[in-house]
Amino acid sequence: MLIQQLLNGLVVGGVYALFAVGFNLVFGIQRLLNLAHGAIFMTGAFVAYYTVAAGWPLWVGFILAAIGSGVLAMLIEIVCFRRLRKSGDAEFGAIISSVGASLVIMTVWQWISKTQIVRFPFETFPVIIFRFWGLRVSALQLFMAGAALVIVVLMAWFVYRTSFGRRVRAVTGNEKAAMLVGVNPNRIYNQTYFLSGALAGASGVLVGLAFNNINYMMGEPYLMFGFVIIILGGLGSIPGALLASLIFGMVQTLTIAFLPSGLTNAFIFFAMFLILLIRPNGLMGKEEAGALRGRR
Amino acid sequence: MLEIDRLEVRYSGIEALRGVSMTVNSGEVVAMIGPNGAGKSTLLNAISGIVPAHAGHIRLDGRELTVLPAWTVSAMGVLHVPEGRQVFADLTVLENLQLGETCLKSRPRRTTLTDVYDLFPILRERQAQLAGSLSGGQQQMLAIGRALMGSPEILLLDEPSLGLAPVIIAQVFDALRALRASGLTILLIEQNAHLALQASDRAYIIDQGRIVHSGASADLAQDDSVIAHYLGDLAGA
Ligand SMILES: Nc1ncnc2c1ncn2[C@@H]1O[C@H](COP(=O)(O)OP(=O)(O)O)[C@@H](O)[C@H]1O
Ligand SMILES: [Mg+2]
Repeated sequence: MLIQQLLNGLVVGGVYALFAVGFNLVFGIQRLLNLAHGAIFMTGAFVAYYTVAAGWPLWVGFILAAIGSGVLAMLIEIVCFRRLRKSGDAEFGAIISSVGASLVIMTVWQWISKTQIVRFPFETFPVIIFRFWGLRVSALQLFMAGAALVIVVLMAWFVYRTSFGRRVRAVTGNEKAAMLVGVNPNRIYNQTYFLSGALAGASGVLVGLAFNNINYMMGEPYLMFGFVIIILGGLGSIPGALLASLIFGMVQTLTIAFLPSGLTNAFIFFAMFLILLIRPNGLMGKEEAGALRGRR
Repeated sequence: MLEIDRLEVRYSGIEALRGVSMTVNSGEVVAMIGPNGAGKSTLLNAISGIVPAHAGHIRLDGRELTVLPAWTVSAMGVLHVPEGRQVFADLTVLENLQLGETCLKSRPRRTTLTDVYDLFPILRERQAQLAGSLSGGQQQMLAIGRALMGSPEILLLDEPSLGLAPVIIAQVFDALRALRASGLTILLIEQNAHLALQASDRAYIIDQGRIVHSGASADLAQDDSVIAHYLGDLAGA
């Protein structure tokens, strides 16, 4: 039972990682919190649902969701953040403008979905259960864990091993010097927001499939979880966000399974409080928050 | 040839450059000397597109640079080693150098990683280390190496001696001498007039945003009075 719950928690944590890694990526590069990240996540779920509802296979929905959410995130940066950043003091302004964007996006989906909960048609994802060593794993869970793993590993590879990632880290560390070596920071911002949005969209589809419940409010709790995770993992740290997501997923699943339901969030925030007492900058954060840290 | 024509730069209304005109011919090393706050860094920042020009022109071989963004200016081969090095502290030495090639989009490569390592052997030894862990002198070498990786048409150096011990300054200036001998065009900014005049063919003196004197470096070096007048005690530093 415990092992089963840990396994379930790991799968949930993988999906959180997709959400939180992108959230932390854009925080790391611009030091701005994109509070529309939950709405971007929810958009991914809806795009996949309407694609499937229109008769297309799920994988098409998945790809369209990732692209749609990526483009949406890119637009949010251009519309809500870029001018604020030019004016200097953007930290507070970005919170307000991204909350605004979030409300607009939620309203649009509320209108499109007529405030209804929508569900993927039966057997959109084949219901297959594997049993081994007394454990029970569904094909969907395997797919979620696999997709989360592949996407997070790819993302880490992108950031730390490619010339694109090098440019991202250069802009993160010193935008002016990056411009002097020939990097156009606006292009890097477009690309990282796209990546961050695409990850959120992908996690939205997985969550939509797992709970088979898609609604215009579904991003809100994830935004809060995302907050907890990036603070826990260390602001700006990608490996930190990954680690914190897995821990968060497991703790959450265990508390839901073994504690009275009302205590879940209380327990999670208490655990976060304890960890931050011991490590004030998060598990893998440095003294000063920000930047894509944690490489070594 | 880099040509600056009556360039004016303002920071929220305050004039930092008041009509600066100067040229750097190809193959030449030109020094720009002046006291703190004279507008030297502002001049380089305007050339490389970091700060906008209020009036005037900046041309490279007749092509207008004045309104181009910094990443386009560097793509044309105008490479700026900024004041205070500005290396990418969280990236390795090698990654810093690799980033230097970003601006080599349409121009042929003339400098390789091996060339940079031969010029600054310490960078080869430290290539896997984070740039932020290097000493000031090593960071200066890295900043110059990073710009060289972009095969500059012209190198803009902002006070490479700033904050370095004399032995290290000598090493950096040895490297500049080698670059000069190889025919590289350089605009060198310095507060240390003595060093700058030794390392250059011609020099301009800038004060309060204006060019106040210019001439062959050898002649200026002979004539202490001009330097002493504008730079005071710093002249012999
Ligand atoms: N970003 C800026 N904002 C406002 N004023 C500036 C800025 N940068 C430089 N200045 C002012 O412009 C003048 C020239 O500065 P600078 O070009 O840095 O001089 P130098 O490099 O010769 O020491 C100084 O008076 C300085 O205070
Ligand atoms: Mg200066």
